[in-house]
Amino acid sequence: MKNKAKKYWRENLKYLFILLSVWFIVSFGAGILFKDFLNQFKLGGFKLGFWFAQQGSIYVFVILIFIYIHLMNKLDKKYGYAQ
Amino acid sequence: MDVQLWTWILVGISFTLYFGIAIWARASSTKDFYIAGGGVSPLANGMATAADWMSAASFISMAGLISFSGYDGSVYLMGWTGGYVLLALLLAPYLRKFGKFTVPDFIGDRYYSNSARTIAIICALIVSFTYVAGQMRGVGIVFSQFLQVDITKGVLIGMAVVLVFAFLGGMKGITYTQVAQYCVLIFAFMVPAIFISIQMTGNPFPQIGMGARVEDGTFLLDKLDELHTQLGFKEYTSGTKSTWDIFAITFALMAGTSGLPHVIVRFFTVPKVKDARKSAGYALLLIAILYTTAPAVSVFARTNLITTVNETAYTDLPDWFKNWENTGLISWTDKNNDGKIQYRNSDAVNGKPVFTEERGKNGERIISNPSTAENELYVDKDIMVLANPEIAQLPNWVIGLVAAGGLAAALSTAAGLLLVISTSVSHDLVKKQLKPNISDKGELLIARISILVAIIVAGFFGIYPPGFVAAVVALAFGLAAASFFPAIVLGIFDKRMNRQGAVTGMIAGISLMLFYMIRFKTGLIGIMDPLPESEWWFGTSPEGFGVIAMLINFILAIVISRLTPAPPENVQQIVEDIRIPSGAGEAQMH
Repeated sequence: MKNKAKKYWRENLKYLFILLSVWFIVSFGAGILFKDFLNQFKLGGFKLGFWFAQQGSIYVFVILIFIYIHLMNKLDKKYGYAQ
Repeated sequence: MDVQLWTWILVGISFTLYFGIAIWARASSTKDFYIAGGGVSPLANGMATAADWMSAASFISMAGLISFSGYDGSVYLMGWTGGYVLLALLLAPYLRKFGKFTVPDFIGDRYYSNSARTIAIICALIVSFTYVAGQMRGVGIVFSQFLQVDITKGVLIGMAVVLVFAFLGGMKGITYTQVAQYCVLIFAFMVPAIFISIQMTGNPFPQIGMGARVEDGTFLLDKLDELHTQLGFKEYTSGTKSTWDIFAITFALMAGTSGLPHVIVRFFTVPKVKDARKSAGYALLLIAILYTTAPAVSVFARTNLITTVNETAYTDLPDWFKNWENTGLISWTDKNNDGKIQYRNSDAVNGKPVFTEERGKNGERIISNPSTAENELYVDKDIMVLANPEIAQLPNWVIGLVAAGGLAAALSTAAGLLLVISTSVSHDLVKKQLKPNISDKGELLIARISILVAIIVAGFFGIYPPGFVAAVVALAFGLAAASFFPAIVLGIFDKRMNRQGAVTGMIAGISLMLFYMIRFKTGLIGIMDPLPESEWWFGTSPEGFGVIAMLINFILAIVISRLTPAPPENVQQIVEDIRIPSGAGEAQMH
């Protein structure tokens, strides 16, 4: 029982680490730190770094939460924690 | 029909709707009052969270702010949405599993200490009050702008409306009115944006229109960058703040968003842990609709403003310009006596314009404090969203709709905040500390009395806004980031975290943040003036300083917890328990 809970938690942490890395990369990475570099490229009429800062990062945030919901629902089922 | 009539009709219909819902969703127990009985569906909760979250600032001010700051405005867009990722992944599911009513509840139980609970209450009150004063002001401004009543009357009407649905229904009434308010505000925001996007770029999606080509074949953003360069502004897409400051502000806003008590409490209202995750997803999706449209509105409005106004003779200007000039939110001084408006990158006025009773030779209102700089035009940032439909010459009903939407945004946020304030008093203070034996009925009565008091205090600040309110609202996020965020995250993810560590961290975080705010932003009235930018620590603005205070909170908490005894066995058990989603049941009565 205790072991199961530990394993569940470890997998949860792994998901969090991956998802939060993406969260960091699109916003702080693409939208802020590497914005000037990315602005050399264009996405339609948008400079790419600017697009990430004002549009792209928000889309990715929404997608990230839905991926998380999906992963956690699967994980809950796998460990018998689904309600 | 004229704008005024449309506004009355649309505001009237939406208010009737809110009242109807408030009467239908009356609260009969403290559980109804605090967490809507714990049975709200994830989608409804997502909508309510979104309405709660999107305040008068998001609806009215944000697009205008971005319009005038270009790329720098990205901090709000990323900060106020990215926080939901933290909330969904790090906080909401676990706090739902914990299953109590408030954030101080969690802090008090997890750190087995009433002093920790009290500190959390104080932080919650500071954060919520700074925020709610701004909302009441927003209500007053919308009323006075569109319905031609003075701001004081506007605030009073707003107070009465909030009172009805918050007082009767508590969280239950608020949640279901917020669902309606979300629909009103998003419709009101999208309609003009879509109209203008079609007008300027032929694309009905503002998110795409923003990056599309305008009539002459150039990309809209390129055109705007060029206009900016011509007038001596920095390119719209590059911005002026340092990379570090942008980073710090964005981070502080994100952590602050996920630490705001009125947002967190929403996740106590859903039945299961699974639903808490899901409703965070819905909430962000619904918020993202407005947040991806706002930067497009900013670009449209900015381009429209420059092309309509710059180098145009005052006598040829459209009516909206003179209407807003009459309200005192636009001013023009013909410095070079050519009768045309020159818009340049400098301050046209020293501070805010002070109008005299006289009119100039073109018919413009004379101000007594123009600057010597070349720029002749002063535009208040807040009018961009409100004036946008007029600038784009949209039909009158759209303008009325925007007023109804602005009111929905301000009222829904104010209600959510007032509830947090009253809960802090009736539940966290009275029930948990002063009078534990109080009956459910008695507690409900105290909750209602404190909401009444909170509304009066908030209304007072709305009518007589202290000068520091505007400066402080943005800093509420820094305060939340510096206090709650680390204490909650560590409470879930660090089993070894104990009372000593968390309490020291919270006190250090919030005092440092308060100190920095006072030192650099507000000053101590009459004693000390705020210090200039050149004195900022590590080049960090007060808005971004929350990140540093938060880091110090984290570090102190971890170090001190390791030097002091581990938390008791039963507390460690709580932590293990909240990490597992099953068995959440309903929020516990206690």
